[in-house]
Amino acid sequence: MTTVVAPPVEVATATASPSRSWRRRGRRRPWVLATVTWLYVAWSLVPVLIAVQFSFNAGRSRTTWQGASFRWYWGDDFGSVVSDPSLRLALTNSLRLGLLTLLIATPIGTALALGLTRWRGRASRASNSLMLLPLATPEIVMGSALFLVFTNLYTAVPLGRTAQLLGHVTFSISYVVVIVRARLLSIGSEYETAARDLGASPVRAIRTVLIPLLAPSVFAAAMIVFASSMDDFVVSSFLSTDASSVTVPIKLYSGVRTSPTPALNALATLLLMGSVMALLLAWLVLRRLRRGSGNTLDDLGVTDV
Amino acid sequence: MSSQRSSSRLWPALALPGTAWLLIFFVVPFYAIAAIAFGGTDPLFGSPIPVWNPLQWQFDDLSSVLQRAVTGDLRPVFLRTFAYVGLALAMCIAIGYPVAYYVARLAGRRRGLLLALILAPWWINYLTRMLAWINLLQPDGYVNRSLQWTRLISEPVDWLSGNAYTVVIALAYGYLPFFIVPLFATLDRIDGRLLEASRDLGIGGARTFWHITLPLSRQGLLTASAITVLPMFADYYTNTLVSGSPTTTMVGNQIEFYLLQSQEKGVGASLVLVLSLLLMALMAYYLVSTQRASREAT
Repeated sequence: MTTVVAPPVEVATATASPSRSWRRRGRRRPWVLATVTWLYVAWSLVPVLIAVQFSFNAGRSRTTWQGASFRWYWGDDFGSVVSDPSLRLALTNSLRLGLLTLLIATPIGTALALGLTRWRGRASRASNSLMLLPLATPEIVMGSALFLVFTNLYTAVPLGRTAQLLGHVTFSISYVVVIVRARLLSIGSEYETAARDLGASPVRAIRTVLIPLLAPSVFAAAMIVFASSMDDFVVSSFLSTDASSVTVPIKLYSGVRTSPTPALNALATLLLMGSVMALLLAWLVLRRLRRGSGNTLDDLGVTDV
Repeated sequence: MSSQRSSSRLWPALALPGTAWLLIFFVVPFYAIAAIAFGGTDPLFGSPIPVWNPLQWQFDDLSSVLQRAVTGDLRPVFLRTFAYVGLALAMCIAIGYPVAYYVARLAGRRRGLLLALILAPWWINYLTRMLAWINLLQPDGYVNRSLQWTRLISEPVDWLSGNAYTVVIALAYGYLPFFIVPLFATLDRIDGRLLEASRDLGIGGARTFWHITLPLSRQGLLTASAITVLPMFADYYTNTLVSGSPTTTMVGNQIEFYLLQSQEKGVGASLVLVLSLLLMALMAYYLVSTQRASREAT
């Protein structure tokens, strides 16, 4: 998982500009490029599909298919995700961490986006640069910094689940700001000014005019925060002490070399389903928002793995 | 009048919690790296003693790390990191550019489908993707079995213990999605009329690419490279997962070792500082280019 955020991706929909005219102008199909592309897609996705398939393996092997079953999800009395306490704990830890991160980072990030968009001046610019820095900081640097500060200065917070939550909120705030601000800038300030001219107080203008307009992008940001928190490995791992703060990615990392059963694949599949669901929700909400405006992809190119 | 004043206080007040959070949990932790790197060591336990006053900083750990990096035992680690990242970036460009170009120039329904397929790995957990490959690369996994079936090899290859090729390919595999998407965004914005004009003037595909497409996509190529190179330099988990051998150790592995598995946290903190300094230019470039991109987008 990488804390990288792509610049907002703006993509025209399939209706297309006159440029996409290979076939119409009778040029020969670029079959070399097509082959490379489809080979790449297969290379990038087929291994994951095979890993998902093996989570349903009836046998113990992760390399030989022995028929389909759900035993590694719940059937097996000792080794399945449901029956193995360490796998179950990893799953609940990840879900709780993602949810709490979402609940804290979304309001803080939304408020920061509002403040930074409308507030002018040197302090605002400084705060803006500060907000952007975590996006460009390699995870290992952020993980080390948080590890050292919690073990040497903020010793009131022991390493473990609380420290992990504080760390996750720290890298999530910037995602929320980037996503919400993109929407704020496209709304402009006219609606708000109109509300103010009609006598609304600034707070009321925000509450009754801006917040409803922003709601879809705030929701999308929350979903992305949830997905990226569940996906995070480095920060969680640096701030984890013992078995009680193991998350799914940490379990995947340590399990690959120690206890390789298809239960690990089942855990990975559940993680995958969690992020896919969160992102599907975000995408549906944003698509509804953008219907008619021509942009389908918008700032969903934002992440962290 | 009073409303005007309250509004001028409202915006900073909204920005306050987030800014304070980032000061407490981002800026101070960074300072802690320096306080540990330039701090002392407990003579009895060997644990680090942070020194918060910059006037009392000692630079023993940093200078010993620098010395080891230039002439000592860390030299091969740094050189290896540069080599692996360089090779993985070359792979990203060789595979990622054609893919991004093809999807950007594509029209119709297949474009949407390919776009979704190319974005998909962004949202599949990195460790899941590595786990998938580790299963395939087992001695009796699909890769060895198909190579044996086609008679390319007679004995299963040991891919997963100290194989440098595996590490480089795994890095490229892991970060290619992050390379393709920003490059695609740039290529997609290139005005197709320029390419048509070039064709209408009878200029061949190769020359059109060299003189028009490539220069116009330089920005995206640089951004995509920064996005992939930054995490690759700091990566340690890919290496541990697909190799786990000291013969392929990278800088990230050393940082993880010194901070989490040894008592010499000062050495670990100094390594983080050295790595951050190395990456500083890249980070700055990345920030400037994202800001420019978001300004253009609005």
